[in-house]
Amino acid sequence: MDPANQPSLPVVHLRGAVALLGRFPALAGVDLDIEARSIAVVRGANGAGKTTLLRTLAGLVPVSGVANVLGVDLVHHRRDVRNRVGFLSSQSGLYDDLTVIDNINFWTRAAGADPADAERAMELLELDGRLRDVRVGRLSTGQKRRTSLACVMARRPELWLLDEPHAGLDQDGRDLVDNLVKDAVAAGATVVMSSHELDRSLALATQVITLGGGTTLLGGDDVA
Amino acid sequence: MMWRSARLIAGKDLRLEWRSRVGMNQVLPFAAVVLVMFAFALNPDSDLLQKATPGLFWVSVLFLALTTVGRTFSIESSEGISDSIRLSGLEPSGFFLGKVISIGVQLLILEVLLGIGVTVLYRASPAEWPLLLSTVGVATVGIAAAGTLYGMVAVSLRVRETILPLLLLPVLTPVLIGSTRAFEAAINETPADGWPWIGLMAVFSFVYVAAGIFGFGALMEDS
Repeated sequence: MDPANQPSLPVVHLRGAVALLGRFPALAGVDLDIEARSIAVVRGANGAGKTTLLRTLAGLVPVSGVANVLGVDLVHHRRDVRNRVGFLSSQSGLYDDLTVIDNINFWTRAAGADPADAERAMELLELDGRLRDVRVGRLSTGQKRRTSLACVMARRPELWLLDEPHAGLDQDGRDLVDNLVKDAVAAGATVVMSSHELDRSLALATQVITLGGGTTLLGGDDVA
Repeated sequence: MMWRSARLIAGKDLRLEWRSRVGMNQVLPFAAVVLVMFAFALNPDSDLLQKATPGLFWVSVLFLALTTVGRTFSIESSEGISDSIRLSGLEPSGFFLGKVISIGVQLLILEVLLGIGVTVLYRASPAEWPLLLSTVGVATVGIAAAGTLYGMVAVSLRVRETILPLLLLPVLTPVLIGSTRAFEAAINETPADGWPWIGLMAVFSFVYVAAGIFGFGALMEDS
């Protein structure tokens, strides 16, 4: 086949993906494809495997079956994908006794990212004013969330993995997250996010994935 | 890459300690209380206390090390930070060295302050400073390296607060023996008796530093 006519590989390609947490199959055979520059929303009840799916795509959880993310075979080389993804966990991932700027600088330097991107992220997330030198432990939940998101943004990841990104944010904060997601996709990234806020997330989504019991109940549904 | 990661981790940890002052405000007073209690228990007017000074000093240092290592890994395993570390691109060997450096620096500062306390409380007369300082340096590296390795092992276990002393203290027995004997030689002004123990502790430190550099990545994945 002419290489120019070959279909591009999906950013995420899973077939029969199984991820064990201890002996528990948190993912028990997931099939899904996520194309580049998509906004894929993962929904499901508590315990359906949404967070495990995101952590698996980040290369944090051993997986069997077929699992390719950004061209990396997660089954055998999952560490290789880690510096190409940005993962917003449900936990802050921040050091409470360091300030906002200390945290962002540390995670930016750790990732080898450009400090200018960190400054830009802080500006967009309104962290460059009075909050800059506040210890993270003293921030509100929403302010911590924005700080965590700034750390993700500064990495300029190819794949954004967002676990409940709107949780803890006020209306303005949620609108901000939505705009950042759209900007990231416009810049070439792909976004996979889990959310219980169906109305808001479905308004963003180009694809909806429904998990249940660790498997895909409905996967790859394009949103009209 | 390894040294860049080490500098980042050490800098971050020392900044954390500077901000929180847990070492100065909690850990050091604990060690001071231990020293005072030993003094009461062993009668400060007797020779026994002075003879036991090297051993008491290094037992106190081991208690300090347990607290310091436990605290640093408790921080790293909270708030999802362990996932962020694995995603960050930091070299595991650099993470290990950074932890050894930060734990080592904190222990050195605490040991100096503890040493002043021992000199005053126990009326110890330190001599043979080269032997004394070498003992402190080599023992601290060994304690920090072994502590970092076993601290990470304990993180992966659910009862890490109780398992860390059980794992680490037996492993540090050679350091306790060697450093105590070397200190005794320094106080008794018989340095020839002390230097072989420095050699033993140097081998111990080398083994644990090497084990950490090459094996820490696997431990991080299992945490």
